[in-house]
Amino acid sequence: MRDKLQEIKATALDELSKAVNLDQLESLRIKYFGKKGELTQVLRGMGKLSPEERPLIGQLANQIRDQIEEQLQVKRQDLEKVVQTKRLEEERIDITLPGRDFNLGTRHPLYQILDEIIDIFRGLGFSVVEGPEIELDYYNFEALNLPKDHPARDMQDSFYITEEVLLRTHTSPVQIRTMERKNSQLPIRIIAPGKVYRRDDDATHSPMFHQVEGLLVDKHVTFGDLKGTLLTFARQIFGQDRKIRLRPSYFPFTEPSAEVDVSCINCGGSGCRVCSHTGWLEILGSGLVHPRVLEMAGYDPEEVSGFAFGMGVERITMLKYGIDDLRLLFDNDLRFLQQF
Amino acid sequence: MRVSYNWLKEYVELDISPQELAHKLTMAGIEVDSVEYLGEGIDNVVIGQIIDVVDHPNADKLVICKVDIGTDVLQIVTGAPNVVKDGKVAVAIIGCHLPNGVKIKKAKLRGEVSQGMMCSAQELGLDPKNFSEEQQTGIIIFQNDAAVVGDDVKKTLGLDNYVLELGLTPNRADCMSMVNVAKEIAALTGGEFRLPSMAIEETEGQSVSRLADVQIVEEDLCHRYVARVIRNISIGPSPLWMQQHLKASGVRPINNVVDVTNFIMMELGQPLHAFDYDKLADNRIVVRKSVQGEKITTIDEEERELDKDTLVIADAEKAVAIAGVMGGFDSEVTEETTNILLESAYFQGESIRRTAKKVGLRSESSARFEKGIDKAQSAAAADRAAQLIAELGGGQVAPGVIDVYPKPWEQPVITMRSERVNKLLGTSISCDDMKVLLRRLWMEVEEVETGVLKAKVPSYRNDLTSEIDLVEEIARLYGYGNIDTTMPKGEPSAEPITPEEILKTKVTKGLISCGLNEMISYSFISPKAMDKLLVTEGHPWRTYVEIQNPLTEEQGVMRTSLLPGLLETAAKNFKRRQLNLQFFEIGRVFLLSEDRLPDERVKIGAIVSGEQFNGWVQKSTPLDFFHLKGIVESLLQQLDVEDVEFKAAAVPEDYPSLHPGRAAEVILSGECIGYIGEVHPQALSNVGLQQRATVMELDGRLLLEHVNLVPSYVNLPKFPVVSRDLAIVVEDAVSADAIDELIREVGGELLKGITLFDVYKGTQISEGYRSLAYSMTYQALDRTLTDDEVSQLHDKIQDSLLEKFRAKVR
Repeated sequence: MRDKLQEIKATALDELSKAVNLDQLESLRIKYFGKKGELTQVLRGMGKLSPEERPLIGQLANQIRDQIEEQLQVKRQDLEKVVQTKRLEEERIDITLPGRDFNLGTRHPLYQILDEIIDIFRGLGFSVVEGPEIELDYYNFEALNLPKDHPARDMQDSFYITEEVLLRTHTSPVQIRTMERKNSQLPIRIIAPGKVYRRDDDATHSPMFHQVEGLLVDKHVTFGDLKGTLLTFARQIFGQDRKIRLRPSYFPFTEPSAEVDVSCINCGGSGCRVCSHTGWLEILGSGLVHPRVLEMAGYDPEEVSGFAFGMGVERITMLKYGIDDLRLLFDNDLRFLQQF
Repeated sequence: MRVSYNWLKEYVELDISPQELAHKLTMAGIEVDSVEYLGEGIDNVVIGQIIDVVDHPNADKLVICKVDIGTDVLQIVTGAPNVVKDGKVAVAIIGCHLPNGVKIKKAKLRGEVSQGMMCSAQELGLDPKNFSEEQQTGIIIFQNDAAVVGDDVKKTLGLDNYVLELGLTPNRADCMSMVNVAKEIAALTGGEFRLPSMAIEETEGQSVSRLADVQIVEEDLCHRYVARVIRNISIGPSPLWMQQHLKASGVRPINNVVDVTNFIMMELGQPLHAFDYDKLADNRIVVRKSVQGEKITTIDEEERELDKDTLVIADAEKAVAIAGVMGGFDSEVTEETTNILLESAYFQGESIRRTAKKVGLRSESSARFEKGIDKAQSAAAADRAAQLIAELGGGQVAPGVIDVYPKPWEQPVITMRSERVNKLLGTSISCDDMKVLLRRLWMEVEEVETGVLKAKVPSYRNDLTSEIDLVEEIARLYGYGNIDTTMPKGEPSAEPITPEEILKTKVTKGLISCGLNEMISYSFISPKAMDKLLVTEGHPWRTYVEIQNPLTEEQGVMRTSLLPGLLETAAKNFKRRQLNLQFFEIGRVFLLSEDRLPDERVKIGAIVSGEQFNGWVQKSTPLDFFHLKGIVESLLQQLDVEDVEFKAAAVPEDYPSLHPGRAAEVILSGECIGYIGEVHPQALSNVGLQQRATVMELDGRLLLEHVNLVPSYVNLPKFPVVSRDLAIVVEDAVSADAIDELIREVGGELLKGITLFDVYKGTQISEGYRSLAYSMTYQALDRTLTDDEVSQLHDKIQDSLLEKFRAKVR
């Protein structure tokens, strides 16, 4: 029996070392460990041995079984590795072929900038309000301190629907509507983005364009606060090194009024083609809300004050993306839209 | 307003450059649009005198001149028709570059040496209309005493000067006056201000009150009318200095009388009008409204018919001027005029503005009246002008003045609290400093109690009427840049983001991730656009909000649908050979309503056309009905909308632009919120899109009612899913929707999902039938389903299909 075991061991190890694939290995496993396997048979015949011999032979048999099994295991790992290596080699692809086409849509560049503007002012505690694009003369002009026949109405040539109804020429009417709605509550911190319309159509004017109006009304609002808010905005949208400059100007609904220039985003202020060699770019109009406007909307100008500002989204978009032709923004040329 | 730098120096001490001045004015709210050097490009052009003219031996039309330029005598060949011996001319000497790009070189003209060129107005880059007719076709010939041989021509022509072009805001119309600009500059720089002399020398003789009579009928529209009479003048050109000032201001010199009126208008901002006194019937001036149909020929020789509300100046018989806008042709000053009635009036701004608009005339004069002129200055301006006319025309000012002044100016007094100024600006300027600032602006200021100032406003500053106006003046002079930058204090706004905004953001993101490109089209469309889209008369899309005064007919009405814009965009891109088109737009349409304002509705529109290129791995897929339907379905799914149906329109006529067999209404819980469909082939061809296109348009407000913007979390299933497939053959008439509905009904709670993965028609299927293959998933929330359970349910579904639709299992 002992000899028999030694013989099985020798043959098994020899055969295992010669196996070249996993199938052969499997047959060998069955040959020795299967139900009718050689080793299984030997172990089954143990019962016939004397009680003295049984533990000795048993120990030997277990030893030999473990050795063969271990060898089988090692061999299997080797062969699996060969198989895997072969497979990896066969599965090589041309990784320089282009990827599958993903057809991504695009947000209009104008609205990408609008999103940025909204994000910045939301961060400053402003909320977004909308108003009608077709407006009453009252909200568009009169309540903004622009009575009929006021010379400043010439600054905004309007499209009329009836004598009293027109396409809004700015988003400022939303100021009035908001103040009326708030019914003299404080604070008001809103921005009003949207489309506006003026009777102008040339290389630098579109009859439809977009504005963002801002309004803050509260106790103790100062001109300095207006400067701070606009400086924050200018830096967030155009970069940290930007400076702003306020110039006195005139809007009937604000006083003091200011045009706001930002140091040129192209040359930084030294003067270039973009800023017409002035170093500055005009980006928005602003001012303290005119006391008459506050009054008409139901607020006491002795108790509260506010500031308002309005900017053209097209202008900021063109400056930021270096777009030199306004018309592109409304032409919807796919080759243009897909650049953003 | 064009402001001549040299002229300005007559009124204010100026020791800064034109550019520095421009910056100072701009930063004080008087925006300078440009600074122009009048002599730009004119170098090496000097005054010469023609001392000899002989014919050119080889050319009929040329002559040879000897020209003395002081330092030299040059031989110059010219073809100018108006050369004359002793004439003084502008000589471009060799080496000179002219503004028109010509470089002067020594040359031979038909064999004769020419050492320079005698210049015309055009060659110097000047407006020829400022020169006499003869000189417009030839070279400039200077009046003998107006030019010195050897001088730089820029000096002679007043071109060694700068003009500041002011872009004035409507509140600062007072700066349409040299004197007022000078006052502003004095306030900014501290330079000394000099007022021109207003002294007048009246002669003996009949007083003006016996020579003329002025009556104001419309006292509300004409607050003051000052008249003076100047006699025995002779009309001629005005002196060079005056012409140069006028030219620099962009005003064309005409004659000594008209030039004086224009000069005073530019200088003092008071428009004046000179009538030929002898042509005024009865020597009367009546300021009244026109009668309906009254006619007047204005000095531009145009006959105009007036309505009943135009303010006119009339004599005893007829209108002789449209007040403040333009004079009449018949009473105009001509070469024969000897006596003048000079008008210096204050007309009410709004009335002038309306008239100017109505008759379509905007003059320098009306521009000033419209915005309000200096009411206290009418008499002084008349005096100064009368004196100048008399001096320049060799005449006499009749003694006395007619000054009808029904609405005398009252000097406004504004109370200003220094504390309020600082509170609004966020500054701490002392009350004394504020006093100084206001006084610099020519106000009389008095501190009536501690911290409270009373300021008397000068007569030309019509824009200053209340305390806030003075706050701005303080801020302006103090300098906006000197005000500290702070952040607003107080509470943030507590308004939540509105559902409309959230929806818009979600839809936008959803459509972009489906591959659509966002577009923006104009809100106005051409009414003809609806013809192209086959929209029938009476269709709601035809009830437009119309624009009274559109720029073009193409933009005549407000859009009632996004469809015209979507199709136009697709067609435009197609013409640019962009064949694979996917666009969306979110924007408002405008519907007539009972209310004062139209109903503005946000629409979500999209168009797809062509095919989607998928690269080499996979074939391209068509951008067709099912592509866009898939996008709509995905979008609605993402918005958590339940109960979505696509149904053929109950009234197909509602969608005349769509292919009747390939269109559907989008129905959410029984409510139609929009449509999707292939565009009608006729409409496609009408807009010039030569390939199929599918569009959709959903109503934002209706959609909002069916979405769930804040989804609530549902526990993830813990038990496994079992999948079973099912393929059936049904008649074509059985809609996929009906099958889907039945499967869901029978499947009940355990049926988790159905996917239609194949639709087949072809050789193995009988004509008129199609095969539909579904993959179904079953799952229970509380246990693992057994095979038997699933099989039973699956078979039940199959049996119901067979029964209800007479389907066959494939």
